[in-house]
Amino acid sequence: MQQEVVLAMLAKEPSHGYQLRARLRDALGPLGEAMNAGHIYVTLTRLEKAGLLAVERSAGGADRPDRKVYTLTPDGQQRVAEWIAEVSWPRPDLAEFHLKLIAAASGGLADPLAIVDAQRRELLRRLRDTQLAAMAEPDGSNAALLLEGIALRLQADLRWLEACEKNWTKRRNGS
Amino acid sequence: MSNAVGTSVLCARGLHKRHGEGEGSVRAVDGVDLDIGAGETVAVMGPSGCGKSTLLHLLGGLDRPSGGEVWLNGRRIDDISEKALARVRRTDVSYVFQSFHLMEELTAVENVEMSALLAGRSPRTARRRAEELLDRLGIADRSKSLPSALSGGQRQRVAVARALCNEPLVVLADEPTGNLDSTATLDVLRLFKDLHESGQTLVVVTHDARIAATADRMFSMRDGVLVDETRLTGGTTGQLGALIGLED
Repeated sequence: MQQEVVLAMLAKEPSHGYQLRARLRDALGPLGEAMNAGHIYVTLTRLEKAGLLAVERSAGGADRPDRKVYTLTPDGQQRVAEWIAEVSWPRPDLAEFHLKLIAAASGGLADPLAIVDAQRRELLRRLRDTQLAAMAEPDGSNAALLLEGIALRLQADLRWLEACEKNWTKRRNGS
Repeated sequence: MSNAVGTSVLCARGLHKRHGEGEGSVRAVDGVDLDIGAGETVAVMGPSGCGKSTLLHLLGGLDRPSGGEVWLNGRRIDDISEKALARVRRTDVSYVFQSFHLMEELTAVENVEMSALLAGRSPRTARRRAEELLDRLGIADRSKSLPSALSGGQRQRVAVARALCNEPLVVLADEPTGNLDSTATLDVLRLFKDLHESGQTLVVVTHDARIAATADRMFSMRDGVLVDETRLTGGTTGQLGALIGLED
């Protein structure tokens, strides 16, 4: 999990670790199941060492991680503000697949159309999982919106595969 | 003839359909074999013009093939009389269209009960079933509304209720989400999932990958031919988190 995400989840108010995790779970829904709680506490420790957040022990004084309250420091607030303002977008690595098709065809290693078919099956399975998860979400939930985004990206990838198929079919028939 | 004809609800054997005559004729469906089992949801996906709507029309008896056979519940329907075919269309198959095809001057419940009345049910039985279906689809409160007063998603629900009201063997859907936004599309997908769970056999032709992905089996169609079959049930891809890069 990116450090800034964990930091930003604390921007609302000083929180216990379990409150932070509950916020992530609500935002991500079934997509958050892969989240590793231990990893989040490691990230929190790193952020504390970097001076981006401060830790207070709540009443009771025990040194268990769930008794700690995490608060953003002024540096942490600054970092969150910068992160929010940043424009970034995950880069899909289409070139690798594209080059795979070219290498397979030119080296006679495999039928590019068989590679396209296998890729389409995999994307359809992912789209299926995404749709089944979306159908189980109440309308307008945080997770439903994220799932819609994933479904749209998978559909875009499937459309590109259609273009790949058309193009490679033409090359095969034309040569 | 394979044994499957006896066990499948809907079968196609060597199905062909040409539009036009001689040199200029177009082969819309060019040799399709298909077996659809009871309770299965099957999607046929392909670009517009690939012949998928023509295929659906042939399967449902809305059009006759130029060659090949169509079997519905163990009975051949491509060569029966016009009168017998009309009966099949009223009682055994139902359609859901992209543009809903509701009668604008009838209320929702009247549109829905129409299919049961045409299939020979009594007015009382037809009305009761229509009301049950509208309730099940979550639009019981709109049963007295005219289609013009309904949203796209609600209209498609009425169309699905109508398709179910005559208790058909097979529901055939042609681009059922073509005119819907993503929320309404999700509603239709939920609806199809409920139908699937209740054992309804469903064939959908679409270019919407979201529908195709939620079917049991998906065929890709190109130039009148089914070129690829994907079985989608059984086993998921694993953690959904992998889709957004949450996993390490």
